[in-house]
Amino acid sequence: MLEIKNLHASIDGKEILRGINLTVNAGEVHAIMGPNGSGKSTLSNVIAGRDGYEITQGTVTYKGENLLQLKAEERAQRGVFLAFQYPVEIPGVSNIYLLKAALNAVRKYQGLDDLDAIDFLTLVRSKLELVKMDEEFLHRGVNEGFSGGEKKRNEILQMALLEPSLAILDETDSGLDIDALKTVSDGVNALRSSDRSIVMITHYQRLLDYIVPDFVHVLSEGQIVKTGGKELALELEAKGYSWVNKNA
Amino acid sequence: MPETEQAQELQQIDDVLDSDYKAGFVTDIEADTFLPGLSEQTVRDISRIKGEPEFLLEWRLKAYRHWLTLETPKWAHVHYPEIDYQSISYYSSPKQNKDGPKSLDEVDPELLRTYEKLGVPLDERARLAGVAVDAVFDSVSVANTFQDKLAEDGILFMPFSKAVHQHPELIKKYLGSVVPYRDNFYAALNSAVFSDGSFVYIPKGTRCPMELSTYFRINAANTGQFERTLIIADDDAYVSYLEGCTAPMRDENQLHAAVVELVAHDRAEIKYSTVQNWYPGDKNGVGGIFNFVTKRAACRGESSKVSWTQVETGSAITWKYPSIILQGDNSVGEFYSIAVTNNMQQADTGTKMIHLGKNTSSTIIAKGISAGRSQNSYRGLVRIGANAENARNHTECDSLLMGDQCGAHTFPYIEVKNPTAQIEHEASTSKISEDQLFYCKQRGLDVEDAVSMIVNGFCKQVMRQLPMEFAVEAQNLLGLSLEGSVG
Repeated sequence: MLEIKNLHASIDGKEILRGINLTVNAGEVHAIMGPNGSGKSTLSNVIAGRDGYEITQGTVTYKGENLLQLKAEERAQRGVFLAFQYPVEIPGVSNIYLLKAALNAVRKYQGLDDLDAIDFLTLVRSKLELVKMDEEFLHRGVNEGFSGGEKKRNEILQMALLEPSLAILDETDSGLDIDALKTVSDGVNALRSSDRSIVMITHYQRLLDYIVPDFVHVLSEGQIVKTGGKELALELEAKGYSWVNKNA
Repeated sequence: MPETEQAQELQQIDDVLDSDYKAGFVTDIEADTFLPGLSEQTVRDISRIKGEPEFLLEWRLKAYRHWLTLETPKWAHVHYPEIDYQSISYYSSPKQNKDGPKSLDEVDPELLRTYEKLGVPLDERARLAGVAVDAVFDSVSVANTFQDKLAEDGILFMPFSKAVHQHPELIKKYLGSVVPYRDNFYAALNSAVFSDGSFVYIPKGTRCPMELSTYFRINAANTGQFERTLIIADDDAYVSYLEGCTAPMRDENQLHAAVVELVAHDRAEIKYSTVQNWYPGDKNGVGGIFNFVTKRAACRGESSKVSWTQVETGSAITWKYPSIILQGDNSVGEFYSIAVTNNMQQADTGTKMIHLGKNTSSTIIAKGISAGRSQNSYRGLVRIGANAENARNHTECDSLLMGDQCGAHTFPYIEVKNPTAQIEHEASTSKISEDQLFYCKQRGLDVEDAVSMIVNGFCKQVMRQLPMEFAVEAQNLLGLSLEGSVG
């Protein structure tokens, strides 16, 4: 699904990623953990195609295609989805309008016709249940006045609708209370499948109690310094990130 | 944000904004056009060619003599070279039967094709059943649909020049009653040389069963368009009226100086919507229409209501303040505006709400979107007269900036002479953020769709005031006007 080799990326001439190597196969769930400033968000932004990063070395291959030469929207249309850490508000644009535009952009790339209004609504309603959201959400402005939990659930709603092949969840647990964390995690777990890969970026082990990963990677100073199974997260939690740095 | 990225983003903004002007073609048609120049003789010639009654010629001449004493107003936040009024032709009419076409069969097919191309088919069968059209081409009305059907309800909808002959008493009574020829420089000029426009009269207690619309097209080169629209809604009447405008792409500037007068009697309501898409000039500010327009409504009767809704995307310069005089007690005035400027466009637009009656209320929602190197100003006056007990006004002005070379300005004027007034004014300025764009792109939308979506969201409050058929056109136009503007 995703193969990252020796990836170096900088912003404003400052190198943030210093040789990332990561292989994610279809159906796997990977967690990337690391302290603040280790390059977690940079990695997700680079995969999603945000402007402003300079790739100085390395390759990112997605389904056999060179991901780095595609524009952000082209990556999205091919099934790369980023659940944002801070979903932005778009005043006046209703949630349902964005959802429809996004779904139709993906369908267009797949050579499918736009869904008509009735089919679309039926589909969205079925996804709303997954994240326990009311239909009323659809008609509010995109993230406008949403609470932190509502914003994160809205991201998972979009993921459920767009059915990406590769989903990157950037600090999806941040700012959530336990109930909201459970709802969001249940949504993500329901979306686990053998043809979908998930990369979770997180600072805390807590999320991994709810969404159990196949692999855990520890990112430090722009490099993956340790890889292991889910028990690595517990060890990290107990010993702190300084433990990894010493062992690296 | 790093500098290179910012530059890149600005470049993308520019690219989105540089779209083709879709209405920029020229119709090749034979026309009777006056030689350039303006004198008392020009005014007499226009009046003669239209066979006008003496009172109208007299009124034109008074206006012309008054205009000679006036100077070009300089207070607006726009800059342009002095207009040479002697280099403009004041009348151009496509060649047609002397009395004008009796039916569409007599209209030059080339003209029908022009309107077809602009998305305004004049064939009644092809039209949406709910819209009647008056098509004004340069100085004259070339076609007018559904007149007979409307006449069954006593509704008059016809070219202004025809109304002068058929209903001189109404023209005499109302012409200049809201915008006197002494009002301002451009209104005086228009009063002297106006050539055609639309006339609407809705009788007492009548709700106009369809949308009425006028489509203005400037075609001839070096010609000014000076139309005059007069709409009267008698007691308890209702009408919704739409106005659209386009012009060919030409390197020289062309002048458009219109006057619109609306009169609403007791409990009458007039809804007036404009989608203005005059040619804005090219990227470097060459060519484009100078749009100097005086629009004013009088809510004369008690509990009468007037709404102006405008989507202004075109013109090199826009100078326009659709206003409402709230004379009748409990009368209501509304102004909803979207003004988009791109490249070198300049817009100075807003409204005046003059509260004279008791319990009058007004709402102003103005959305300005500036891109490129354009300048976009909102200028609005709210005046509460001494006798206007319990008058209320709510004003909201929001500006959206794209890129870092454009300007947005707000000039609110508030004059209150009655202590019971309640006035609210809110203003905001924002930018389309890189976060918003990336968010949309990450959901699969390309830059143009993303910008169009964000801008339409910003304009939603105004958009939803537009009649359905117009709203779709306006939405597309917003997208097109800003094509190439953001990355």
